[in-house]
Amino acid sequence: MPSAAQSPGVRKAVVIGGNRIPFARSGGAYTKSSNQDMLTAALDGLIARFGLQGERIGEVAAGAVLKHSRDFNLTREAVLGSALSAETPSYDLQQACATGLETVLGLANKIKLGQIDSAVAGGVDSASDAPIAVSEGLREVLLDLNRAKTLPARLKILARLRPKDIAPDAPGTGEPRTGLSMGEHQALTTAQWKITREAQDELAYASHRNLAAAYERGFFDDLLTPYRGLSRDSNLRADTSLEKLASLKPVFGKSLGAAATMTAGNSTPLTDGAATVLLGSEEWADERGLPKLATVVDGEAAAVDFVHGKDGLLMAPAFAVPRLLARNGLTLGDIDFFEIHEAFAGTVLSTLAAWEDEDFGRDRLGLSGAFGAVDRGKLNVNGSSLAAGHPFAATGGRIVASLAKMLHERGTVDGRPARGLVSICAAGGQGVVAILEAYPSAEGEQV
Amino acid sequence: MSDKYTQFVSQGFGRELARRLGLPRPVELRRYEAGKPLVPGPVLVLGNGDEGRSQSAEGIAVELLSWGLDVRRNALPKEKLGAIVLMLDQVRRPEDLEVPMLTAARSIRDLAPGGRVVTVSRTADSAEDPAAAAARQGIDGIVRSLAKELRDGATANGILLGRDATPQSPGALGALRFFLSGRSAFVDGQLLTVSSEAGRAPGDPDKPLAGKVAVVTGAARGIGAAIARTLHRDGAVIVAVDVPAAGDHLAEVANEVRGTALQLDITVPDAGERIIHHALERHGRLDILVHNAGITRDKLLANMDDGRWRSVIAVNIASQLRINDAILGSGRLPVAPRIVSVASTSGIAGNRGQSNYAASKGGVIGMVRAAAPLLEARGGAINAVAPGFIETEMTARIPFLTREVARRLNSLQQGGTPADVAEAIAFLASDAASGVSGEVLRVCGQNLVGA
Repeated sequence: MPSAAQSPGVRKAVVIGGNRIPFARSGGAYTKSSNQDMLTAALDGLIARFGLQGERIGEVAAGAVLKHSRDFNLTREAVLGSALSAETPSYDLQQACATGLETVLGLANKIKLGQIDSAVAGGVDSASDAPIAVSEGLREVLLDLNRAKTLPARLKILARLRPKDIAPDAPGTGEPRTGLSMGEHQALTTAQWKITREAQDELAYASHRNLAAAYERGFFDDLLTPYRGLSRDSNLRADTSLEKLASLKPVFGKSLGAAATMTAGNSTPLTDGAATVLLGSEEWADERGLPKLATVVDGEAAAVDFVHGKDGLLMAPAFAVPRLLARNGLTLGDIDFFEIHEAFAGTVLSTLAAWEDEDFGRDRLGLSGAFGAVDRGKLNVNGSSLAAGHPFAATGGRIVASLAKMLHERGTVDGRPARGLVSICAAGGQGVVAILEAYPSAEGEQV
Repeated sequence: MSDKYTQFVSQGFGRELARRLGLPRPVELRRYEAGKPLVPGPVLVLGNGDEGRSQSAEGIAVELLSWGLDVRRNALPKEKLGAIVLMLDQVRRPEDLEVPMLTAARSIRDLAPGGRVVTVSRTADSAEDPAAAAARQGIDGIVRSLAKELRDGATANGILLGRDATPQSPGALGALRFFLSGRSAFVDGQLLTVSSEAGRAPGDPDKPLAGKVAVVTGAARGIGAAIARTLHRDGAVIVAVDVPAAGDHLAEVANEVRGTALQLDITVPDAGERIIHHALERHGRLDILVHNAGITRDKLLANMDDGRWRSVIAVNIASQLRINDAILGSGRLPVAPRIVSVASTSGIAGNRGQSNYAASKGGVIGMVRAAAPLLEARGGAINAVAPGFIETEMTARIPFLTREVARRLNSLQQGGTPADVAEAIAFLASDAASGVSGEVLRVCGQNLVGA
């Protein structure tokens, strides 16, 4: 079956570039920054990089996972506060941690279909400036009070208030249907796939080392704009070591006793940040002399039944990737860069383990055997969320912009465009994955 | 950054107090605004013949009339003048200076606030005999002395014509317009050489850089941001360059001037190629390059360490040399751009605790002089401006008394603004200044140090 991108009448959607602000550990540099502040800053950096001042972009889509009700039009408000034309339409999207990648796929599809010529995809999240809800008791009292017409009626309603109603509902990342936090869910999956503490720490160590090296060689010079005094991700520990990581105590799965392996070092911290990606048709990019780094080839979403324990909460990409590659006639061996979002080191390793597992391949994926192995030398080569941090909805934009640049730098592999795979797990047992390819560069393009 | 003293002595009680105590009385300088008159009154044009007449004075008077200016060949009693233009290009002996200078002398007190005296003469080193050289070099002394005598924001500057230039050369006319206008507010007591016939007048004097693409390094703040704004105001498309760590300020500037931001450490080996690539890919051309990025790492030489020395040299001069080489060596640029480099009066006069900085800024001056023929051969030109005391975030950190003294140590008795430096750069980058190359123009209010 041909992929959508190859169908006649469908044009290419190219990644032109991206911009994000450095990611900050929650409670750090961006404590006082709202989602709208950060998304506007990321947009303005993108506009400056590509000279888009006053430009009417086809559509801007972004979102946040932790969102105040006042931010119902978050993206539109950010656009209005940016240097873009006020006539740029925008919409908010929310698919938990897959938000950023889903905005890329949705907007790329619109470009492919000719509905728009340009787009900005993105996402933002603040765990510091998170919304706090009043308790259910107080909320009901306040609403009833608003409806009451007489003073005695109001006093009667107020009399219902109890001290415990005054305490606010703190935001949580717990799954509504299981009551378990994401970390506790992953701890079960990590144990199920027998992922060792050492393997998780090694992945975390590689993430920090790779991200630090990427900063050192200036890889992020045209992907990132400083914000509020930060010019690098504040979670990055360039000097971390396996020994230091090994010294940390487990924080998730402590009920598993000796089998508890997940620490603050091999799990992503709560993070604040925003990321944007500029997409366009080839013609739109050419008319403005803008670079064409990569094409958005195809994407796939999947979901698992974690509620009944059939699969782990964050295992949806294990199903999405085989389906996506099959539809495009590809195998893991055809991928040059794997960008597998490191929600937890255990998530990445459980996914890889599932793919290498004969039973999983046969029973769950319907294959004749194991799906295959990922060449670890091609995995998250410039670091990922364990080092950079993970402002939920911003991670997709971070990955797509970085991957597009990597693909552009690589150019071709064996005479075909370099190919990259993005895989992002999300709350609710969901996952979104995508394939990007290097945009074929003109012959002899040299300074 | 505000100069409260200047505000205080500009009016009412403060003005009277300063007068009685003999304190410096700086005034708000006359600065360029689109649509405002070029000069604040009629222009008196004097030549070096009898009664201040000469052929070149006639020519310039006609030219100024065509600019829409009110021109006088004889001063009217008590009439305030916007400027006095002294055409001294035909002096042969020191005695020839007497008539025009004493004629001008009678009108000096009639100069309006923010008025101008501009001399036009020939370079002494192109003189055919010692008497002519003496007369020409004498004009240098006249301009510098007169600049120190003028008050109320009035300035005196001179245009020197090289062997291949005439008073009607585009470069000479461009320099004349610059010196008369508010664009030269903080340029005082300076002589600028026009060496060739090259150049042309702008189609629209308010948009002299229309259609040009200009790269400005160090554009995130201070003087660099002002350069970006001024070049943009004059019509240029801006590529704003600064180190990645300054990217947030850089993005603000780029968005303000509707240009593009290029986060780049100019000390990396391929900085020049990356600048050329960005300008050509995004904007299709590269006409102007302003080397503004610079750092200070002050220490007395006795306390100097290799980090301070090396970083200042690397950023302030070595990077410029490397980027210029890339420009000259690039096969992708049809014409070499107009390069303007920011030097410093520290590079001319020296400054305590700035041996590294002065080495780099003196280096800029040496580079500009030596690179001029190379750029000219490729259709470009290179010049430098040397700012004196400029009111920036950097100078705002100088201790109060030191800053107050530094500010007043020039003929205009105040610090300049980043925009004043930017105006000089915009002029040197314009087509009108094509005949100016290898020059260092000081924007220092005639700083008394190293003048």
